[in-house]
Amino acid sequence: MQLTGAEIFLESLKREGVDTLFALPGGVVLKIFDVLHQQKDIRVILTRHEQGAGHMAEGYAKATGKPGVALITSGPGMTNVITALADAYMDSVPMVCFSGQVPSGMIGNDAFQEADNTGLSRPCTKYNFLVKDVNDLAQTIKEAFYIASTGRPGPVLVDIPKDISMDKGEFHYPKSVSIRGYNPTYDGSKWKIKQAADAIMKSKRPILYIGGGVQHSGASAEVKELAEMTHIPVDMTLMALGCFPGNHPLSLGMLGMHGTYAANMAMHYSDLVIAVGARFDDRVTGKVAEFCPTAKIIHIDIDPTSIRKNIHVDIPIVGDCKRVLIELNNILRATVNGNQKERRKPWWDQLSAWQQEHPLAYIQEPEAQIKPQYLIDRLYELTADRDPIVSTDVGQHQMWAAQYFKLQNPQTWLTSGGLGTMGFGFPAAMGAQAAFPNRLVLCIAGDGSIQMNTQELATAVIEKLPVKVFVINNRFHGMVRQWQDLFYEGRYSCSYLDNVPDFVKLAEAYGAAGVRIETVGDVDAGIQEALSIDRPVFIDVPVYQYENCYPMIPAGGSNHEMLLEDPPDLHKPKSTHKTAVQSDSDTVLTA
Amino acid sequence: MEHIISLTLENKFGSLSRVAGLFSGRGFNIESLSVAPTLDPSVSMMTLVTSGDDRIIEQIMKQLNKVIDVIKVVDISESEFVERETALIKVHTRPEDRAEALRIADIFRASVLDSSPTSYTIEVTGDVRKVQAIIHLLQPLGIKELVRTGRIAIGREPTRPAQAQPRPLAKAN
Repeated sequence: MQLTGAEIFLESLKREGVDTLFALPGGVVLKIFDVLHQQKDIRVILTRHEQGAGHMAEGYAKATGKPGVALITSGPGMTNVITALADAYMDSVPMVCFSGQVPSGMIGNDAFQEADNTGLSRPCTKYNFLVKDVNDLAQTIKEAFYIASTGRPGPVLVDIPKDISMDKGEFHYPKSVSIRGYNPTYDGSKWKIKQAADAIMKSKRPILYIGGGVQHSGASAEVKELAEMTHIPVDMTLMALGCFPGNHPLSLGMLGMHGTYAANMAMHYSDLVIAVGARFDDRVTGKVAEFCPTAKIIHIDIDPTSIRKNIHVDIPIVGDCKRVLIELNNILRATVNGNQKERRKPWWDQLSAWQQEHPLAYIQEPEAQIKPQYLIDRLYELTADRDPIVSTDVGQHQMWAAQYFKLQNPQTWLTSGGLGTMGFGFPAAMGAQAAFPNRLVLCIAGDGSIQMNTQELATAVIEKLPVKVFVINNRFHGMVRQWQDLFYEGRYSCSYLDNVPDFVKLAEAYGAAGVRIETVGDVDAGIQEALSIDRPVFIDVPVYQYENCYPMIPAGGSNHEMLLEDPPDLHKPKSTHKTAVQSDSDTVLTA
Repeated sequence: MEHIISLTLENKFGSLSRVAGLFSGRGFNIESLSVAPTLDPSVSMMTLVTSGDDRIIEQIMKQLNKVIDVIKVVDISESEFVERETALIKVHTRPEDRAEALRIADIFRASVLDSSPTSYTIEVTGDVRKVQAIIHLLQPLGIKELVRTGRIAIGREPTRPAQAQPRPLAKAN
């Protein structure tokens, strides 16, 4: 069957089961968009910026586990989507991005809207292709989806020159692919798994340290079985939230720079760390030389490069988390004897003491300004029964969301962990909403980061993606301000945002709804009101401006050296910020 | 420590830059690199000389294995190997130095590829020490230009089939 490249593109996507495409057209992809216009199988969501398209594809992928798909044009379209590709690469998000390219004969001639797409994306994709012959297109697309979604998932770019989309070629969609240089290891070494089981049985103070790999491999049930069978406490990385129920008695919550006191102390004093699909990121290890000084380390990961990259590992197991844990659980089930709860009692006594010593805490005076933690806490309480999908931007609000929003299920947490991309949350939430039109999708954002992608309000309204965006509005780049308070003697260099738009009016200007919550007493009603609206909603929540996020391990510090509250000598100006729309530049900086 | 890594990789657009980009992006060092097609035209062989402690070399090997265009990675220097490098050296020669230049070339069994009234172009092939030694000796005469291929290496075959090797005897005492 002879088809044009654009038709081959469409047919191939259908064969891959793609139902949603996040896209923005341009000159060299018009042929493809023309074909998309004449079909109904794939929903095409027109975004307002290519970065938005990329993050929506990520949100879709994180919420469904299937590759998210974006289609953008050459040149600036490509450079705009780079942030999303880099973000997906750092967080191992399966994604296939199609970029238009100038006609083959013009590549390298500095043509209009030309960029070296494969060159630009090489360091931030798992793999990329430049299609040079229309007869290779179907095979290339098959390989792209295969690479993006297998092994350690990641973004793949397929660059399609304009002439390739117009040329005619024979269409055969391959049934399977085999790439000789790409053979991920799925089954862990049986011998190493046996060693791991022995170490677990011998250990007195074990800790499970689970990461995003648990989500990608769908190993939540296996983690839960392992933890419950052996009564081992569970620390989650930012990427793993939801993979183990946040309110489970064995959960210590998140670990790392802003992790809970108990989670970090447990790592530091454990004698066996069982790392599952985590990569010992610097936000988790703190000072590497003092990381887990007394622990043996078991590391289960599908990517061999993650193992021993940052720290020494005693029992490395390369394999898919789920398969390895099934094997490990089988061995343990046969060997576990006696009451594990009883056996672990001394360790749990210590853990409980830590939990009680410094639980996550904040003070909310009823008459004072809203504390960000209180807002998130209430949002969690009021929506917990609806199993919401929660996305965040990056910064203080992200850490508070991670601490207080105790997610129950995997694939409900959309956050930018590795790259820390401000502007991620809103489009990611929209991507998830596109995948699950009937679920409640919340975005917790800051006033700084939401402004990096507000143009997607138009997309949200037109595409009927009723996400609820809570803007924790402190008129600061809050995390920057926190570091300036703690380490730069309160010199707020470029962290005060002064003139923040009226987010209610902004939302309304786009045809979305706006709600403002100004007092503690209004919080519950305001949240309920926002949730009752079936359109996209921006909820502007002016909060106490100088709240800091604790616990905090200062950069380069060791895991047991946490700051738990503001140092007594910390100068804290009085928050003068009442609403987001004070027109006169108030006295925050001179107070 | 120095390691010679032999890579089998897809002979296609972009694969060289994937490998090179890996080194530059992660701050690994490339001391020399040589790449050419093999008997199978779809496959290239790359010989790469790098250095680092065990941890860095372990990462380099793993990262190279992760590159999808890389089919096979072998650290040649982990076992017995032979290596060669070719250098073309254009030596500036005053009349009184011309005989000395030829003598040096002769000592190293190097050949003269080109000669002009004021220069010789000498080709030398050998292991890295030999190439460095002749450069060292020619330097006082004045080297106008120097090009080196970078090192290539190949593992040695065992001198005897593995099965035929005598088993170590248990100590009598």
